[in-house]
Parts: sequence; structure tokens; C-alpha cells
Amino acid sequence: MAEFALPANSKIGVGKTHKARAPAKRVKTFRIYRWNPDDGANPRIDSYEVDLDGCGPMVLDALIKIKNEIDTTLTFRRSCREGICGSCAMNVDGTNTLACTKPIDDVSGDVKVYPLPHMKVVKDLVPDLTTAYAQLASIEPWLKTRTPAPPDRERLQSPEERKRLDGLWECILCFCCQTSCPSYWWNGERYLGPAVLLQAYRWIADSRDEYTGERLDALEDPFRLYRCHTIMNCTKTCPKGLNPAKAIAEIKKLMVVRR
Amino acid sequence: MAREATDNRPLSPHLQIYKPEYTSVLSITHRATGVALALGTLLLVWWLLAAAMGADAYATVQACLRSWFGRLLLFGWSWALFYHLANGIRHLFWDAGYGFELATAQKSGWAVVIAAAALTIVAWVVGLTARGG
Repeated sequence: MAEFALPANSKIGVGKTHKARAPAKRVKTFRIYRWNPDDGANPRIDSYEVDLDGCGPMVLDALIKIKNEIDTTLTFRRSCREGICGSCAMNVDGTNTLACTKPIDDVSGDVKVYPLPHMKVVKDLVPDLTTAYAQLASIEPWLKTRTPAPPDRERLQSPEERKRLDGLWECILCFCCQTSCPSYWWNGERYLGPAVLLQAYRWIADSRDEYTGERLDALEDPFRLYRCHTIMNCTKTCPKGLNPAKAIAEIKKLMVVRR
Repeated sequence: MAREATDNRPLSPHLQIYKPEYTSVLSITHRATGVALALGTLLLVWWLLAAAMGADAYATVQACLRSWFGRLLLFGWSWALFYHLANGIRHLFWDAGYGFELATAQKSGWAVVIAAAALTIVAWVVGLTARGG
């Protein structure tokens, strides 16, 4: 049975407020989830008033500014700052997205920032992705073949065969979709989730892969695949504009067709 | 030491903080109407049983259903039926692989909401007119 309330150690308290310094005119308040593994306290929300006149346009710019100038203990993952590494995936203003491509101006009122939902928290905005990575490994996300590769060239695809991978290969594995899915919240240890199923379909759809049957066998399970109830939060939240819900539907269709 | 640290990790908030999207709201409504319809079948059984048991029993059930509260429940159930029916058809299109683009999913969602409301009103107007109030 799904547990809808937060466990006792996860209930969120009120934290500190860091006021903006005097001459700041364009002030925006960032309300950020904090949890420190070393102090034994529950998570809390700290508020930071940021002068937008001295800040870049994206939510990540504000987080970096806070870390540099207001509170060096604020912890989050980030790397490329251009939406291709997937490190800064988090919940901003109620939906999952990449902090680096989310404009601050898109948020009316205070900017609420939480880690990806329903995940174990390592520290502050850093979720533990161990389970999700293990699930990704379980679908064997690489090209599997029986026939030997041609000795003198690559395994070729027609332009049409290559086109089938569009909308799949672009996934950056940020897990925004995975952690937006209520089904994954309630059954995350047995349901593979939208990000992993999109990856599974990426290899099923690949004309060069010769293990399609085995891949479908591995997914034919009431939990691994069929906990998807087409809620479509995944597609709604994908910061890359991909469509995990459609990829999952294509897998379900193949399951019926091969009967 | 390391083990204690990881065991104590909090669960990040989910339902508490995730914005209700039309995607998830329509989906949970589909499930809720399904549950309501399952309970509604008990009412149907009660009504059929009463009809089989005789005029007195039937009159009791009719009196309950004709009260303002009975009509409210019936109105709710009829809406649940039409919502579940319309959204069920939306699911059939999805199962066939159609309608996954966000713009389409949003339009089909609105179509379901409007169709459920319209069918409920039409059913009640027709029903009440046919039997004269």
C-alpha cells in the first residue's frame, strides 16, 4: 500500500531567512529545501532573498549566487549549465525541471526549490539515484547482437530506421520524468519508471539490435512495465520535450502484436 | 557509521509539493470515478433486490432515491459514469498509440471534462422530462 504522508524523519520544518542587503531593488525570494546528514535534524526550508539585478536569468544562476555569496553550505549538483548533462534536475515551482534552463521570470511569487520528489536525500537538493541507475542497468542499455559486425564498416541503418530513434536518443537521464510519476512514487522499487522504459524502447526500436524478443520478455511483468497508467506527468515535465508516455505505449503495443 | 548515515536519509516531499497538472488530475479522477462506480453497483443491487422482494420494499428504496440526498448521489454517480466512459475512450486511443502529444492530450482532456458534464445534464433533463419531474 502506498504511503502518502512523509515519514517522521522527513517532515519539513521552518529554517532561516537570509535577508537581501540594503541597496537591492529587484528582490526575489528563493525557498529552498535543506537537509544536513550531519546534524541529526529534520529537513527545513531556508529562505534566501536574491537581488536579481546582480544575478543571471536562470534558477541555477540564483543557486550558484546563493552558494557563492550568501550560504556556502547549500548543496546541489550542477555541471554544464546548458541543459545537456542533466545534473541539476530538481523540483522548481512544483514541477521537475533542469535548474539551468528554467528562467527565474517563469515563476510568479517565491521560487520554491525541492529535490526530485519521493527520493532518498543525500544532502539538500542532492537525491540518491542508486535505485534508478540500477534499474537503467537492468534493461541493458547497449547494442546487443548475435551476428558478427561487418569487418570493414559499421552496422548500417537506413535514414528511416535512424529516424525511429529521434525523440529517444536525446534523453539525458536527468530523471525529471521518473520522479514526476505517481506510479513510480508508490512502486519505485518494482516499476521501472518512465526514464528507464524510454531507454528500454530506445534499444527495442533500434534496427541494429538483435535482442528485441528478449528485451520484451524482460519487460513483460505486471510491475516493471504495466504500472504505467498513462498519467502522462512524465511527458508534461520532460525538460527536453521528449515523450516517455508514448515510448511506453509503443512497448505495450509490441507486447500485444507479438502474441 | 556510513550505514547509519544512509539509513537516516529523509524521503523528499512528493504529493505535498508537486503541482497538480491536468495530466495527473484527470488520471486520479478516472480512478476515483471507477471506485465510485464500483460502490454504486451496490446501490443498483439494492434497488433490484427491492424490486424482486415486493411493492413495500421497492417503495422504500424509491423514497430514499427520490429524496434530495438520494438525487444528489444519483447525480454524482451519473457524472462518474459519463466521466469514466469518456476518459475510458481516451485511454483506448492511447492504447492504440494515438494522442500522446501534449497539445492533443490537453485537448482530449478538456473534451472528456466537457463531454462528462454535458452528458450528465442531458441525461437528467431527458430523464426528468420523460417522467414529469
